[in-house]
Amino acid sequence: MRVDCKHVWACISDFIDGTVSAEERRAIELHLEHCEICSAILDSVHNILVLTADDRIFQLPLGYQERLHARIAAELKLAKAPPSATQT
Amino acid sequence: MNDRTMGTPAELELIARVLNGEEHLFYELIRPCERAAYMTAFSVLKNEADAEDAAQEAIIKAYRALKGFRGEAKFSTWLLSIVLNEARGRLRQMNKAPVESLDREADEQESFTPFMIADWREIPSEILEREELTRCIEQAVEELSPAYREVFLLRDKEELTIEEIARIVGVSQGLVKVRLFRARMLLQKRLAPYLKRERTVRPRSFSWLGGRP
Repeated sequence: MRVDCKHVWACISDFIDGTVSAEERRAIELHLEHCEICSAILDSVHNILVLTADDRIFQLPLGYQERLHARIAAELKLAKAPPSATQT
Repeated sequence: MNDRTMGTPAELELIARVLNGEEHLFYELIRPCERAAYMTAFSVLKNEADAEDAAQEAIIKAYRALKGFRGEAKFSTWLLSIVLNEARGRLRQMNKAPVESLDREADEQESFTPFMIADWREIPSEILEREELTRCIEQAVEELSPAYREVFLLRDKEELTIEEIARIVGVSQGLVKVRLFRARMLLQKRLAPYLKRERTVRPRSFSWLGGRP
């Protein structure tokens, strides 16, 4: 099985996720060994994913957990209250 | 459906205890999903305050509906689909735009040409100390269409499986893969030229500055 550059680009995402077949993986790896452009493209996609996963990208709002827990606490208190208390 | 996608025994036990009067254990139950809940809402709403409100509201709804959880999916999958619905509902109210229509564009299968580069060396994560680069990556993700942004953030930020994402978003695994592919390639096309320039400009200017005596 031989694959060309276009085929490799179409499979980059599945290749990164490890969801291509064993035969396809071998063919892509063989192609990558001698194709600098496809290797560089694959590396760039992979690197962008690594950077995106970093905690500094899309940080949680400051105090998010505290506010969430306070909201849950209020809900739990409400649920615990006897029916007469919630009706008044 | 298989064991990996179903509620774990530990999770089911925790839920049973919450329902049997140990309500405080609900915090423990949601702790592993708190960040993903925010990120899921953010993937739809693209706004910190709106995403936080939607995530909070959905978590409260999940608490009230906990009795109905049957363990047919992992708790996180169940919770995140509630979050996604909450966020989509809010988006619909905000701009009256039908969310479904955006899904169709992802079905188109067309070939994709990436940004061509001949060499690429890894960019260290230290570049994220520079705020404009962090913002540049975030902006590129925000500019993706919602259908792409949802699967991209769930997969590449929250590291959920394709199977989990398919269940949360409510589409086939095949469609999740197509959307993920397109999201990643759009980001490569958008960010690779920028990041590459960031990497190469600095050493060049340093060599020029420290040039021949």
